[in-house]
Amino acid sequence: MKKLLLKGGEVVKPAESKREQADLLIIDGEIAEIGANLEAVDAEVVDVAGKVISPGLIDIHVHLREPGFEHKETIKTGTEAAAKGGFTAVAAMPNTDPVIDNQSLVKSILAKAEQEAAVEVYQIGAITKESQGEELAEIGLMKEEGIVAISDDGNSVMNAEIMRLVLRYAQDFDLTVISHCEDDNLAGEGVVNEGYYSTITGLTPIPSSAEEVMVARDILLAEELGTKVHIAHISTAGAVELVRQAKSRGVDVSCEVAPHHFALTDELITSFDTNTKVNPPLRSETDVAAIKEGLADGTIDIIATDHAPHTIEEKRVEYDYAPFGISGIETALGVVLTELVEPGILSLEEALAKLTINPAQRLNLAGGSLAVGSKANLTVIDLEEEWLVEPEDFLSKGKNTPFAQSKLKGKAVMTIVGGKIVFSD
Amino acid sequence: MVWERKNLLGLEELSKDEIESILKTAKSMKDILARPIKKVPTLRGKLVVNLFYEPSTRTSSSFSLAAKRLSADSMGLSVKKSSVVKGESLLDTAKTLQALGADAVVIRHGIPGAAKLLAEEVNIPVLNAGDGVHEHPTQALLDMYTIQEERGKIAGQKIAIVGDIKHSRVARSNIWGLNKLGAEVRVIAPKTLLPVEVEKLGVEVYTDLEEGIKDVDVINLLRIQRERQGKGFFPTIREYVKFYGLRKEHLELATDDVTVMHPGPINRGIEISAELADSNQAVIEEQVTNGVAVRMALLYLLIRGGSRDEEAIT
Repeated sequence: MKKLLLKGGEVVKPAESKREQADLLIIDGEIAEIGANLEAVDAEVVDVAGKVISPGLIDIHVHLREPGFEHKETIKTGTEAAAKGGFTAVAAMPNTDPVIDNQSLVKSILAKAEQEAAVEVYQIGAITKESQGEELAEIGLMKEEGIVAISDDGNSVMNAEIMRLVLRYAQDFDLTVISHCEDDNLAGEGVVNEGYYSTITGLTPIPSSAEEVMVARDILLAEELGTKVHIAHISTAGAVELVRQAKSRGVDVSCEVAPHHFALTDELITSFDTNTKVNPPLRSETDVAAIKEGLADGTIDIIATDHAPHTIEEKRVEYDYAPFGISGIETALGVVLTELVEPGILSLEEALAKLTINPAQRLNLAGGSLAVGSKANLTVIDLEEEWLVEPEDFLSKGKNTPFAQSKLKGKAVMTIVGGKIVFSD
Repeated sequence: MVWERKNLLGLEELSKDEIESILKTAKSMKDILARPIKKVPTLRGKLVVNLFYEPSTRTSSSFSLAAKRLSADSMGLSVKKSSVVKGESLLDTAKTLQALGADAVVIRHGIPGAAKLLAEEVNIPVLNAGDGVHEHPTQALLDMYTIQEERGKIAGQKIAIVGDIKHSRVARSNIWGLNKLGAEVRVIAPKTLLPVEVEKLGVEVYTDLEEGIKDVDVINLLRIQRERQGKGFFPTIREYVKFYGLRKEHLELATDDVTVMHPGPINRGIEISAELADSNQAVIEEQVTNGVAVRMALLYLLIRGGSRDEEAIT
């Protein structure tokens, strides 16, 4: 029997909004006991006094880039980065090359993850073949192989009829449809948020309505059909309001936000630094305020990173030529603690719920709680440690972050997956 | 003042003093251009490279001539119509420029921020000759020089910029510069050709030409891109001309001796009627001459930097 005893920590149970001073004993990869002054013979004891023990963080929106873009990231590097960021599980988006749109690809990814991943890897399947928005992918067969959701992330399903059909079809397999909401015509060749800063930089704008018309459409479809839908990377005030109203009408809609969308505004684009180029784009101050309000009132259920690693060479080019995306998995927790918990927008328990139990429940994943007998996936967090974001220290291949040199307060100091310490600071 | 800035990337970042210093230096340069021998040895032995990713006969020729009038060598580095995959990257080109021994580089590029990206990579002065829809500082400076020459001053002048403001780097640079020097700037365009929140730049916004040019001292017309028609910005050129084309009869609404400007090349009969283009109120050719003087001033200030003294010009 392998025993690991975490002593002196503060155990947070986001599902119950509870926090208690307790030790936590892991035996053979499972949580065996949580309580005061635990003792265990032959246990490896780790002193976590003054630290917080959280259910392992779950990120339902990452790009591991494998297969096809191994120069940007691999399952190995992406999950090592996840572990360092405090995540014990990630769900990988299917927009690789080839797109993960059939069961054999799902099988090969999950097999590779089994061998190489530092944390648990879930796979999301494509909605349509090659994510072209036309023909449905073999959703049911992929589900049998283990996918946890479907999404054409990176592309919108522009055809409303296809979206309507897939919402229906996915319901039979109890798969959540994750919608990347962007009207291709309204977004056009845009690279930044439409507003004062697009006007002065001359960078091609993407209006808020490009996101909002699709959020509205998908809510209406889900409402009409009585199915569920999850909105990926919500970023505008209008979109938050649409989700809020839909929830109040009882529509089964959920949404996630990426840390850069509540921590940063489009003012940063005046630097022309391509690390600020992300889709959806960094939005206005008004949007950021609305996102925070949506997080606080529960409209926004989930925080997910949209971790999108790219190489330096790909980003060190003219703004229009740079790919969209931010390498965000190693800064996410720090940004959440600094921007949401420290100023009191969310309590620690609320913030951690959006990183653990809420994503787990939405995609029917194991984990997200610290139930005795459950798999010991947990994250030890130091709330007090102040640190500087230095991209060269990232384990991710992607050093592309607009948070470079930012000072953050709070970080993961230990990440445990199935009782095994996969990261320790 | 002593010039300290390494690059000319845009007018947003320049101070009023810097702009005035450029305009003052341009005056000396224009005096040189009025002489029988229009050339001085000031920048002898210096190399100015034109790096144009977008076709532009006018701006490129104007810079070349400005360099030659100051006895600098001018060369164009031929760059293929930019393609991310095939072409040499901008940053590699930057290394080539240094290796060639360039003393300054003039860049025209279709993407906002490209001049800044280049400037961060090279240790020689970079002059932005237009970066996408961002800025076109030398055009705005020559426009301002022309206004000062024609009207005697810039402060307090009512200046209307008419046309495709949304896609215009000329408009943006003019707005920054004119506002810093105390002009009253108006923009006139259909809503589809106005960028959002343009009023925050400190301009009055008009969608009606006749209303907008009322009592103005200067009308600056922007070239309308034919490819915008049929894309929803406006239905047809014919309709645009009807509502926004400037004709002689419009001038009665403006100040008596209103100055009409255009960055060129003009679309005769579109943004400006042929009759008006040829009238004495239009100063389009004067702008071309002033363009050379302003670019001479900038090459001089940026290449000679703080080391100059007044005699060096003459």
